[in-house]
Amino acid sequence: MSLLVVESAGMQTTVQDFGREGFGVLGVSASGAADAVALRLGNLLLENKPGMPALEMTLTGGTFLFPDGAVICLAGANFGARMDGKDLELWRPHAILPGEKVAMGATRDFARCYLCVAGGVGGVEFLGSVSTHLLSGLGGWEGRALRKGDVLQIGRLEKNIRRRKLRPGVLDTLKPEKKLRVTRGPQFDWFAEEARRTLAGGEFLVSEESNRMGLRLDGPRLATRVKAEMISEGTPAGAIQVTPSGQAIILFVEQQTTGGYPKIANVIGADLHCVGQLRPRDTIRFEEVSLEAARELWIEQQKLLGSEERLFA
Amino acid sequence: MRFQAASDQALLVYLGEEIGAAAHERVVQLLRLLQQEPIAWLRNIQPAYCSLLITFDATVVDHPEVQAKLSEYESRAEKIPVGKARLVELPVCYGGEFGPDLDDVATQRGLQPEKLVELHFARTYRAYFLGFAPGFAYLGDLAEEIAPPRLETPRREVAAGSVGIAGRQTAVYPLATPGGWRLIGRTPLEIFRKDRDPMGLIAIGDHVRFRPITRAEFLAARRA
Repeated sequence: MSLLVVESAGMQTTVQDFGREGFGVLGVSASGAADAVALRLGNLLLENKPGMPALEMTLTGGTFLFPDGAVICLAGANFGARMDGKDLELWRPHAILPGEKVAMGATRDFARCYLCVAGGVGGVEFLGSVSTHLLSGLGGWEGRALRKGDVLQIGRLEKNIRRRKLRPGVLDTLKPEKKLRVTRGPQFDWFAEEARRTLAGGEFLVSEESNRMGLRLDGPRLATRVKAEMISEGTPAGAIQVTPSGQAIILFVEQQTTGGYPKIANVIGADLHCVGQLRPRDTIRFEEVSLEAARELWIEQQKLLGSEERLFA
Repeated sequence: MRFQAASDQALLVYLGEEIGAAAHERVVQLLRLLQQEPIAWLRNIQPAYCSLLITFDATVVDHPEVQAKLSEYESRAEKIPVGKARLVELPVCYGGEFGPDLDDVATQRGLQPEKLVELHFARTYRAYFLGFAPGFAYLGDLAEEIAPPRLETPRREVAAGSVGIAGRQTAVYPLATPGGWRLIGRTPLEIFRKDRDPMGLIAIGDHVRFRPITRAEFLAARRA
């Protein structure tokens, strides 16, 4: 095994893979990468399995020392990564010589950057995934965000990495948008006509109080016309629930698995990765699409992400 | 039985419209059948009081197909024996340092703290579902006389084993997490351990009783 030494961690850096979906009966949410598309592409560029664990950095990156060397790929947001005074380009493999450091700063565009390593990043498995679940302190590196001085194991290089490149156009197709497409939520009918219009046409601001559990939205309030108390029920990822004060919250990867607030809409599967790239103070909009359209977009995205020929030059 | 699309990849199945044993037994029966005869495209099941949220692989099936399959399962689910629920007994040391909200809630409801405690342990509760954190079981129904609102500001950290009440529900915090329920006591048992099988002491459908213990008994149990 080779090592990765954390010299500085960044704002919130955790070990993430594709998460542990399927444990709703135990009350455990899937967790996993906030931008699963970026994680997948970063891993595939290294010829890793698509869901290999990587470091997920949030808004600011860290400085990492590789005493034994490694081959890495940065995917997602641009945190201005540098090695030995040279810029490290996103979306391509880089050889790190033993003893070299990779240093990152604040984001220049989106919220999350993935540091993928050929052979993956080590972590403790919980329910079949090494994804860190911060609320319960389980999985990943000691169930918490990384701190200065942590030493993680990383995969050892077993073969030469080809200089893989994404085809032109792939990143444009998968670019994180700030207009999120949604389908109607299960309590859509509970909302007043005005609230439905506001959702369709209004601008919302991602609040500072946003994390992997959920993104709180400032801006217009969404009023219900039904005043009935809702019975708690299961909540899907991307559900837009509305609190009694009218504030909308997008439930995200580390969400509670049930909730008692009415849900006006739900971000479509093909746009969930965009939610993971939203920063506090970003302005966002919603656009309603039909279930059928959402499903077609999901199938199309899955086909693209599953096709090496379409992804790589 | 009522269906409602929840997302482009999830469908809500309602088996009743109110909190209670009848609807919940149907939830548990359908859940058991889905566990006994797993469906390849089914990605996740999130049961609750009177519904199940079914997440499916949308590259394989669409909502009408999922609905048809679940209707077929539900038509057979009522024959699934519910059996006698497992009874889980949890010792609890009420009040003092372990139940910092006991006196407040009692005062608000015009009760002696001892009376509130008695009303809490006198009942057998049903584990409706798990949520919030691994191993956190929503137990109901709490006696109306002692049902408090949640805290205005949740605590940043609640100790593992803390027994909380909120609305018509009670629960034991399995892990040290933030929490907004009113704390009235603590159990010395480890509700959730990831190196144990099963990890959680309480599962959906279980019956749960609380048994009052003294502080000395609590400390002795912790040492054991």
